[in-house]
Amino acid sequence: MQRFVLLRVIALLSGGAAACGSDDGGEEQPAAAPTEESGAAGTVPATDSCEPGQLPLLREGTLIVGTDKPAYPPYFEDDDPTNGKGFESAVAYAVADELGLPADKVEWAVVPFNASFAPGPKKFDFDINQISISKKRAERVDFSNPYYTAPQAVVALKDSPAASASSLGELADAKLGVQVGTTSLDAVTELIAPTTQPQVFNDSNDTVRALKGKRVDAIVVDLPTAFYLTAAEVPEAKITGQFDAPGGDDWGLVLAKDSELTECVNLALDALESSGELDEITDKWMGGQAGAPELR
Amino acid sequence: MVVVGLLVTVVVTSEGWPNVRETFFDWDDFVASFPAVLDGFWLDIKLFVVVEAAVLVLGLVIALARISRAPALFPLRLLSAIFVDVLRGVPTILVVYLIGFGIPALMLSGLPTDPVVLGGIALTLAYSAYVGEVYRAGIQSVHSSQRAAALAIGLTENQATRFVVLPQAIRRVAPPLLNDFISLQKDVALVSILGPLEAYRVAQIEAASNFIYTPLVAAALLYLCVTVPLARLLDHWERRRR
Repeated sequence: MQRFVLLRVIALLSGGAAACGSDDGGEEQPAAAPTEESGAAGTVPATDSCEPGQLPLLREGTLIVGTDKPAYPPYFEDDDPTNGKGFESAVAYAVADELGLPADKVEWAVVPFNASFAPGPKKFDFDINQISISKKRAERVDFSNPYYTAPQAVVALKDSPAASASSLGELADAKLGVQVGTTSLDAVTELIAPTTQPQVFNDSNDTVRALKGKRVDAIVVDLPTAFYLTAAEVPEAKITGQFDAPGGDDWGLVLAKDSELTECVNLALDALESSGELDEITDKWMGGQAGAPELR
Repeated sequence: MVVVGLLVTVVVTSEGWPNVRETFFDWDDFVASFPAVLDGFWLDIKLFVVVEAAVLVLGLVIALARISRAPALFPLRLLSAIFVDVLRGVPTILVVYLIGFGIPALMLSGLPTDPVVLGGIALTLAYSAYVGEVYRAGIQSVHSSQRAAALAIGLTENQATRFVVLPQAIRRVAPPLLNDFISLQKDVALVSILGPLEAYRVAQIEAASNFIYTPLVAAALLYLCVTVPLARLLDHWERRRR
């Protein structure tokens, strides 16, 4: 828990610093941000540059947003991030709008998850790809404030014993599949502790195919993914239940380490949250998730 | 030496070096991830040994089928030629993928579904195609007078192959065979795409959960620990033959 509390404090402080700056309306810049705040955020907040036209972007006037390809529902629709449909596409365009950039000033770049944290220059202004915030990861990249907190879900074939499990303990003997690099894998190893090693796949497609081919009894994914899978891709499977990932699973936008844009993005997310727009987007694309029983 | 020194200097003094060092060569991260990666590496070793043995046998069978001359064996020659063409022509990662995901999807009872077994089968098929060709080259490099002499002293065709041709052929191709095994030792990592937790996959998991690449460097070192001694053995072997 400690690390998340610390992270939230950092996020709050940096967000707070940015908010102070914006109140000045851009005519009068604060001479310098209070040192404790800039120290905590690890950057010098350049809040004046959050005004449209002065944003510290890779390419002036254009926001380049990264995500992986293929981009899956419910986060993106039709594998096309540019259509504004799907949760993360909608969040990205809403953030852009808050930053003063209309939809036609937003470009998308294909960024595989493993490339999102590579050292060196980034090819995106921010990356949005269901990436979980952790303190250790935050040593390598900047995270925005969280825009979503994802519960985990177990999806099992209806005719497997895993489908009727009512607790995480009952899943210990199941053959489980997960995607590499996901919080779901931590959830499996820390909370379920299966007796046979989980099978770890390259991407979501392979994970689902292993389930369909009965190579595994059940897979563990983020809950919104589970709803999509059982409704559209694997009707022969059902959601056994949902549970919280160890330490919670907050998703954040990924930016280059010490990016000046982080402040601005946090400012935009704060505005979306207080106006209720973020909740609306979340309900629209990630709604209908009340039906899954809790696993303990 | 000067060139290497210059290169090192350029790399170490570059602007991005501190970042690269922290991401790729962090000692604490290395120590933290090494046991898990080493654990995964055992699976690589086991798989490598079993697949290597299977490849040596299957490759020889394919080579013998390809060089057979009896008219009745024509279908076998044709099949083995197609086998070699197809499996040598397809990237190994695709062979692993197609067999690993394709066979279980058939839902036939009796076929293996264990990803390590499936991956092992795929690697065996792919490498047998290469090794079969190496054997074939070796067999054909044995002068035909050797076989003629063997037949002249009263050995049968099979005996001539078994006792005269193959021993010379295999000795000649030992270095290229070993070369293929160094290659196989690295390619066992491809089985990771099917799900088993071997060294590369374990390293990738550690890398992704902490946004660091040091575990991948740890995995690379482990592969080197096996491939470098193999390569030295190969050198030694070749020197002795001369």
